[in-house]
Amino acid sequence: MMLRLPIGLALVLAATVLLGSENLVQFSDESLRIRYQALITELRCPKCQNQNLADSNSPISQDLREEVQRMLEQQMTDVEIKYHLTSRYSEFILYRPDVNKTTYLLWGSPVVILLIGLIVALRLNRRNTVQVVSSGKTQIDNESRLAELLESGEDEK
Amino acid sequence: MNRIALFLPLALFVVLTVVLLLGLDKDPTELPSALVGEPFPVFSLPALHDANQMLDEQDLLGDVVLVNIWATWCFACRIEHAMLNQLEEQGVKVIGLNYKDNREAAIDWLKKRGDPYTFSIFDERGRLGIDLGVYGAPETYLLDAGGTIRHRRVGVVDDRVWNNEFRDLYAQLMDEKR
Amino acid sequence: MTVELGHAALIMALCLAIIQAVVPMIGSFSGHTSWMRLGHSMAVGQFVFVALSFACLATAFVQDDFSVAYVANNSNTLLPLHFKLSAVWGAHEGSLLLWSLILSGWSTAVALCSGKLPLVLSARVLSVLGAISVGFALFLLFTSNPFDRVLPIPPLEGSDLNPLLQDFGLIVHPPMLYMGYVGFSVPFAFAIAALIGGQFDSAWARWSRPWINVAWVFLTIGISLGSWWAYYELGWGGWWFWDPVENASFMPWLAGTALMHSISASEKRGVFRSWTLLLAILTFSLSLLGTFLVRSGVLTSVHAFASDPERGIFILAFLGIVVGGSLLLFALRGPTMRSVTTYSGWSRETMLLINNVLLVSSMAMILIGTLYPLLADVLGMGKISVGPPYFNFFFVPLMSGLMVCLGFAGFTRWKNTEGRALLKKGVLPSIISLVLALVLPIFMMDKLTWSNYSLTAVITLLLVLWVVTMSLEDLWLKSRGKLSSLSSLSGSYWGMLIAHIGLAVCALGVGLSTAYDAQKDLRMVPGDTTELGGYQFQFVDVKRIEGPNFIAYRGNVEVRSGGEFVVSLSPEKRNYKSGGQVMTEADIDGQLHRDLYVSLGEPLGDQAWAIRFQVKPFVRCIWLGSLLIGLGGLLAAFDKRYRRRRLQKSVNSSSEGLAFE
Repeated sequence: MMLRLPIGLALVLAATVLLGSENLVQFSDESLRIRYQALITELRCPKCQNQNLADSNSPISQDLREEVQRMLEQQMTDVEIKYHLTSRYSEFILYRPDVNKTTYLLWGSPVVILLIGLIVALRLNRRNTVQVVSSGKTQIDNESRLAELLESGEDEK
Repeated sequence: MNRIALFLPLALFVVLTVVLLLGLDKDPTELPSALVGEPFPVFSLPALHDANQMLDEQDLLGDVVLVNIWATWCFACRIEHAMLNQLEEQGVKVIGLNYKDNREAAIDWLKKRGDPYTFSIFDERGRLGIDLGVYGAPETYLLDAGGTIRHRRVGVVDDRVWNNEFRDLYAQLMDEKR
Repeated sequence: MTVELGHAALIMALCLAIIQAVVPMIGSFSGHTSWMRLGHSMAVGQFVFVALSFACLATAFVQDDFSVAYVANNSNTLLPLHFKLSAVWGAHEGSLLLWSLILSGWSTAVALCSGKLPLVLSARVLSVLGAISVGFALFLLFTSNPFDRVLPIPPLEGSDLNPLLQDFGLIVHPPMLYMGYVGFSVPFAFAIAALIGGQFDSAWARWSRPWINVAWVFLTIGISLGSWWAYYELGWGGWWFWDPVENASFMPWLAGTALMHSISASEKRGVFRSWTLLLAILTFSLSLLGTFLVRSGVLTSVHAFASDPERGIFILAFLGIVVGGSLLLFALRGPTMRSVTTYSGWSRETMLLINNVLLVSSMAMILIGTLYPLLADVLGMGKISVGPPYFNFFFVPLMSGLMVCLGFAGFTRWKNTEGRALLKKGVLPSIISLVLALVLPIFMMDKLTWSNYSLTAVITLLLVLWVVTMSLEDLWLKSRGKLSSLSSLSGSYWGMLIAHIGLAVCALGVGLSTAYDAQKDLRMVPGDTTELGGYQFQFVDVKRIEGPNFIAYRGNVEVRSGGEFVVSLSPEKRNYKSGGQVMTEADIDGQLHRDLYVSLGEPLGDQAWAIRFQVKPFVRCIWLGSLLIGLGGLLAAFDKRYRRRRLQKSVNSSSEGLAFE
């Protein structure tokens, strides 16, 4: 038996094999459903504490899910749908904030922090390489002190 | 390591603390409206009291008006209602947007509690609500005579809110109209 | 009467904490041995009084004493006894009392286990812990007193515990999580004591190491319990939401993980001392920050406690004093001397440093993402949301990088490892993992088309198999292929190996459940069937049932695979009597290779119901992996050498005590 079906295939099967049950949200074209799922998980319910449209049961989420479905059926693109909603509910409802001048810091700083960290780590490494040659004596002193404290016979093998 | 570098964590922490301190005053649940400064959305919906009478955005023009989103299922609207009646007595033009409601229940509600609204728009499916970015009732919008949204209040309008947020702006817009 | 006793005990505990904070510290400078020793007995006494206070609050819950506001707000006569007891920490005030209880518990543990420590050091450590206790006791008494009465007329019935919390998860998750959070106060106190004493040799690193490991194990288990709880209780199949409250617990975990690794270098090689000190301060500071974020109401979260600006100000002030004070101390007294011990090339030091860079970058990214909405609001840039798409965007590549490095963990040596030798060891594992990663996803496909071939699965498998094969190769080489030599490997080696494989198992669960997750939302009437992920689900019926404090609709769904009966699932829609809240209780059939997850939605009329079906392959590996990670930490914490050395330490503790003067 096959372990699992990828979601796309499972949905195609669902559409072709009629088993008496029907999808809660109907689409004229099943490919819209995948986009629908992606959109409602990335859009935030404006009223709830911190939930996306897919997980929220509040009336406003139900309305907005219907609105997304309606717009998908009108052949609007994802960008158009998001624009349509942010022009009414503000940027707040986007869980993936747009990259613009208010969010440069947000999107940029993790990269900057990582780069600084790696540069510092590598520079420390290089400086130490030099010291292996230059400071042999101190090294021994320090190690004997360590040995005293730790009886450092055992490495973490 | 340089002694100065050891002060870096402290400096970052001070910045963080300032942000947190300022953040304490903010209400994270309050959403700004994307529509302040924009014209009232285009719509065409029946009147609450007469299903055959169609209303649209043109009906909001020509006067400084408050558009109040209300519903009979909305508990806070009951609290707000007295304030709206009072504003209407003072001559403020208030227009109702009955949001996702039952027509009979809504008419009955106004009979019992008084009707402060010049007219009420009946938005059974909440479509105009979505175009306005409404996410709950009550909400109140202040429109200038040209139909542009100038202020939005999410939640109950009471004396304090009226005095703090609406009164001066309302007076200014009335002056502009003249 | 019990309530007043509890209140008085709390005040008493505060007084003892003040003595514990002040006297031993003065003694450590003036050299009065008896003053220094006082901290130990104060810690034990404080624990006794906080425990008494806690017991009184628990009694008030059991006796349904609704004259106590906290009990009235969070309990109800209908509530089953075990939930009444766990409701003690179900909301802000009580959970803070649990914080205090656990803090005094950790202090007592330090006091009892510190016999081998130099007295000056243990006195200062206990004094720092006492100072933290003072802060929390004041916070409890002045802003969040769980013993406040509703006077003059107490309600006849309580308003019930939030139904989301009426679950086994509430019993185990918060205590475990707090044990972890608060446990990091011990290495924090060790770091502060070291800074005050100006002594940063490897000894302090080794003394704090077991404490770090144990706290970290609790935090690991606490977080994964929370994730598992959200998975089955929220009812929609998600297991991690990047919610501010989750982030608040995950940040100390990442910092703590970095600390665990860097302190091994500090202990063994005497390097990265200031960095390790900073991490010890940072980890506990992030625990405190988490407390602030959750309880001050500055961020919106599904789990936020009822917020109150007054509490916010108090915790912020406390945070400012504790964290600001320690960072100032760090800046003034931190070791500036560059470590003289040297390393080069792809030594273990280098790898640990890269590990730290990746972990701390992840932590910083989560901190920025969590606080950015607040920052944007404060700077008047409008309200924005930062959610899962942002966090995943950075976190997945960072963790992938970490797993690549992690493969080499066992092979690296202190001081120097030859890069070429490392690469050589990686040849066979990388070939094996590449081939398997490319081939295995084919067996998951139903039809051989490219669109069914999951790239996510390939990458996941590649990383997971890389870590596993590298670990096994290392084990093979270290044991020289002989089973008998396995037992000679140290506990900390096994700990490392198991924790690393645990991370791989966890990643396997995350990756494969994302790649092959299948879901359907259907409208069904009894008798309807549907097919999902190779399983046939039949909706049999819905019955009305009555629970102790709720009424529920219980659906019955029979699952078959290839005509054979697999399991019968009964998801519920519960309506709680006292509050009227509606809860979705999903039913799950969990097996190692897949979970079947069915939740009952709304009734749609004409006997029809909305039902969500999900098949989640390997999702269980996420929690299994975290348990392995915790087990690894536990093995490392109880490595024999800590105990053996502690015994030897006692012989020359007097001479080392002098080093701290």
